[in-house]
Amino acid sequence: MLKIVDLEVGNIGSVIKVIKHLGVDFELITQPEQLIGASKIILPGVGSFTAAAKKIHESGFIQALNEYVITKKVPILGICVGMQLLAKAGEEGGQSKGLGFINATVKRINSFDGSLIIPHMGWNDIDTNELPIFNNIDNRSCFYFVHSYAMNIAEHEKLNVAYTNYGENVVAYVNSEHIHGAQFHPEKSQQVGIQFLRNFIELC
Amino acid sequence: MLRKRVIPIVLLDGFSVLKTINFSSRRNLGSPITVARTYNTRNVDELVLLDIDATKQKRSIDKFTIAEVARECFMPLTVGGGIRSIKDIQGLLAKGADKISINSYALENPAFIKEASGVFGAQCIVVSIDVVEIEDGFYVYNQGEINKSLKLTDWIKKVEHLGAGELLINNVTRDGSMQGGSIKLAELVSNCVSIPVIYVGGISNPDDAVSIGKTNVSGIGIASIFHFTDFTPKDCSAQLKLSNIPAR
Repeated sequence: MLKIVDLEVGNIGSVIKVIKHLGVDFELITQPEQLIGASKIILPGVGSFTAAAKKIHESGFIQALNEYVITKKVPILGICVGMQLLAKAGEEGGQSKGLGFINATVKRINSFDGSLIIPHMGWNDIDTNELPIFNNIDNRSCFYFVHSYAMNIAEHEKLNVAYTNYGENVVAYVNSEHIHGAQFHPEKSQQVGIQFLRNFIELC
Repeated sequence: MLRKRVIPIVLLDGFSVLKTINFSSRRNLGSPITVARTYNTRNVDELVLLDIDATKQKRSIDKFTIAEVARECFMPLTVGGGIRSIKDIQGLLAKGADKISINSYALENPAFIKEASGVFGAQCIVVSIDVVEIEDGFYVYNQGEINKSLKLTDWIKKVEHLGAGELLINNVTRDGSMQGGSIKLAELVSNCVSIPVIYVGGISNPDDAVSIGKTNVSGIGIASIFHFTDFTPKDCSAQLKLSNIPAR
């Protein structure tokens, strides 16, 4: 069954609403033990990386997610801060450790000396790079973003990446095998967002 | 490229949608749930719902109304009205709000902005500021009174510093007047901070939206024209695009 992890660090009501709209069975979980029987995992997140990282460590989700995602190869989709948690570490409010599933770090968006407004908030288009999770979604479709930090990937890393542009290329989506991360909020992105989540559930 | 948002602003008196003129004269426009459903089918960029009687009546915007509205929305939803505690915010987020707008209580207790932003993240906390235009000057307005001792730009900078993630600037003088927005106010505010600014007040047609869209604002809030004319939010976005302003 699809398991949606509730780290209690933000509103996950919108994610649940879309999953219900898609008619998919799911369980909302707050304890690592509840991952048992997971066929897919969604890790939503809103707010601060540090608060969310603290939560996955304290709750024991860090070990449980390692077991299910790395050992058992259960597909996972991290959304916004949930995507950033897939990285090794973040610098928001000091260094804190993420899950390390994606070889990347999380850094504050470059404001180009204050000329760009932070947070990057609103609708921005994505070069979908013909990645399968964007099936039936037009290239350059707009998705809804709200974030002040972004994933930083070393050039030599072999990852599937889709970018948006905000002063420079900003990682909008990252994928390595069965591990997926969306910086935007599919649950807030109307039809294209619903299609994106449908693709994760049906294709990944 | 990031798009400028066109945002319908829906005002409530607790239960019904209202249209006001200069924040006073009122017309009842029915159920917020019906209004939200219409905007959802029109794929608006975002929706803002403000209960303008909540503070006066010493209550916060109704959670159950928000739950009903959120059920109709697959886009971001900002709600405000009478919010004065972390518990109020938790309750509204649990019912499906994405961002919380704080107005009167921010003036009464500015430290609350910092507290709320610390708990929920800056992206969740919108500070709403009512502004009146007098003899070419702009003043903060709160619950029927003009505050001449607080300089607007000082307040805006303070709010940003305290951790607000966005500003919602309501031009009271032009509210419901449909005489066009104040470019001067939109410029003043958006050039003063480095967080997103939504300008609201006086926009009567898509060309007015373009005039405001040419400033550094991130969003253009509109109420009257979507209720009283044939213009839709998409007409405004289309006009922005024709003027080479990125819109969706």
